[in-house]
Amino acid sequence: MFIRVHLWLTKMLGSGLIQGLAVTAKNLVGSFHDPLRFTTLEYPEQQPKLPENYRNFPFLVTENAGDPMGTLRCVACQICEKECPPQCIYIEKSKDKKPDATGRMQIYPAVFDIDTSVCMSCQICVEVCPFDAIKMDQVFEIATTDRFSALLLRREQLAKPNEYYHSIHPTEATEVDARLAAERKVAEEKAKAAAAAKATAPKPAANAAVAGLAEAGRPGPATPATKPIPAPTPPQPASSNPAQPPAAPSAEAENSPPAAA
Amino acid sequence: MSVALSACVATSASEWNVRVAIAAKHLLAAAAESRLERLPITARDFFTQWLPDPWRWLVNSLIGIVAIVVVFASLFAVLTLVERKVLGRVQNRPGPNRTGLPFLPFTEGRMFGLGQPLADGIKMLTKEDIVPRAADQVLHFLAPVALLAFSILTFAVIPFGRNLVPLALDAGVLYFFAAGAATELAVFMAGWASRNKYSLLAAMRALAQLISYELPLLLSIVPVVMLAGSLSTGGIVEAQGGWKWGFVPHWHVLTPWGFAAFIIFFISSLAESNRSPFDLPEAESELIAGHLTEYSGFKYALFFMAEYFGMCALSGMGVTLFLGGWQAPCPFLEIIPSYVWFTVKLLTLLLGFIWIRATFPRLRIDQLTRLAWKFLVPLALFNIGVAAFWSRTHDWAGPLQLARWAIALVLVVAPFVLIGRKLSAGIAPRTYRYAT
Repeated sequence: MFIRVHLWLTKMLGSGLIQGLAVTAKNLVGSFHDPLRFTTLEYPEQQPKLPENYRNFPFLVTENAGDPMGTLRCVACQICEKECPPQCIYIEKSKDKKPDATGRMQIYPAVFDIDTSVCMSCQICVEVCPFDAIKMDQVFEIATTDRFSALLLRREQLAKPNEYYHSIHPTEATEVDARLAAERKVAEEKAKAAAAAKATAPKPAANAAVAGLAEAGRPGPATPATKPIPAPTPPQPASSNPAQPPAAPSAEAENSPPAAA
Repeated sequence: MSVALSACVATSASEWNVRVAIAAKHLLAAAAESRLERLPITARDFFTQWLPDPWRWLVNSLIGIVAIVVVFASLFAVLTLVERKVLGRVQNRPGPNRTGLPFLPFTEGRMFGLGQPLADGIKMLTKEDIVPRAADQVLHFLAPVALLAFSILTFAVIPFGRNLVPLALDAGVLYFFAAGAATELAVFMAGWASRNKYSLLAAMRALAQLISYELPLLLSIVPVVMLAGSLSTGGIVEAQGGWKWGFVPHWHVLTPWGFAAFIIFFISSLAESNRSPFDLPEAESELIAGHLTEYSGFKYALFFMAEYFGMCALSGMGVTLFLGGWQAPCPFLEIIPSYVWFTVKLLTLLLGFIWIRATFPRLRIDQLTRLAWKFLVPLALFNIGVAAFWSRTHDWAGPLQLARWAIALVLVVAPFVLIGRKLSAGIAPRTYRYAT
């Protein structure tokens, strides 16, 4: 009986109007106590909590906040400058070398400019950087009164400490730090091994010749002097993959002499 | 058995009624004489008592006019802000909350956006006032003035408190609706004087709407006049005084015919004051402000001021006719002065206007006139009959009282359902094929 009356009332002319009024009344009252019904953030007073993956404009990571220009991770390799789609990065290499964060002598960027009026925050510079030196920032209050010089960010404005990176992208920064520490450890071990190898080098002549060849073939500190070069199987790639470019055989030819030795 | 019981109830009830009536009379007298109740009159007399008689009357009237204009102009200012705040809250946002009052340093220049009406006023005043070259210069200027003047005229007969009726006319209700209907003239004046075909068409449309809704508006108040036996607003408020069983007020809205009449009156006053969902004359999102197309600057603001004045006046009349005017809802609440009760009821009705604006979409012009002529007018006409039945049966007592209520309720609900069914046949309930 009650249900029937209720149904009749809900079907009656004007019941839709009352339902509509109830909806707006719920919103009106709910906006005072229910956060779901009042989602506005009153911006300048209440700062938004940005999601961790929010990104906007790159910055340069420095190891030491006390000496930002001295401890830039950037070694002015200019990969980002070349890869940047809108070409907003401008780098000038330094003439001299300075010890970087790990104490190795490195070139550093004498000039590193990013024109934020051109930058499109695509993150390609971050993805191509082999040194984890450039990362995406979370700034968004970047309005200026001067649209030319104020939007062109200099090296000094771009450099921000690693702690800041941790504060904006904690997960990513921890990963990066772990990777860098591992690489550093490997490099140190290699350096130690290389030093040990050098110390023992003059005694066995054959070993010295191999080491010398390896040094000549691949210069640079990253090359493991003592690491056994994997025995290549020259005919295998050519036979298994006939579509390989013609440059491959010559590369193999280059690789083969040390293997033969 | 039941007769005996009812008789017993009747005797005890009547005894109680008498006691309550005596107590209420004492309270009433105390309230009527209370200093707070007489405060506005005392304050006025304090300044004007030393004047000779004709001058005293003139100055008293002028003070009344100034008070009305000042109070309702500031109510207009606050109402624009309140409306935007409420609309915002309904739409899950805060509404204007940035514009502060610059002369209040301790609030950091910001108090819930209280400076918004001030800023709007300054903006409107500093805007360029454009009059089209082809326009009728005099009428173009006179239209907003006339509209505002007629809107303010309607306040003259509204009893704002026990002794606070600016002009105690014997035919106050008639005067109110005559002055209110004159605003339609100003609307057409605006459309005509603009010398713009869109303005003229919109003014004609507005006129069609306003005249359509005059009829249910006037028909809905006929029962009130019939039962109160008076056309004077003060008399109608007096007729709603007193309480049944000591706590149920004798307001017209609490009777079957009064409730129906109040709903019809409220819907018609929405249309009369160009409020949503009947705001076709100046539908912001569809027309270029309708008959206000050629108006800018402060003249444009005056039209809105007149709209809000009309809204306040119609709400005030609704309070007077149906919600007991300045009467308190319970005897013990008589301590609160009558003008406060009137204000509370007025603000409640205005909030209702805003609430409805926040809820309903705008009607089409054919739906609008259909609602008036085919639905509200027949219902209002029938309601006069219900009121007649109610007035003929006022001496029914005991169980007959219940019968009286039942018959009146059926007489109110049945035509509503029948006419509603007939009108909505084939239209409602609407089914949505492609939406859920």
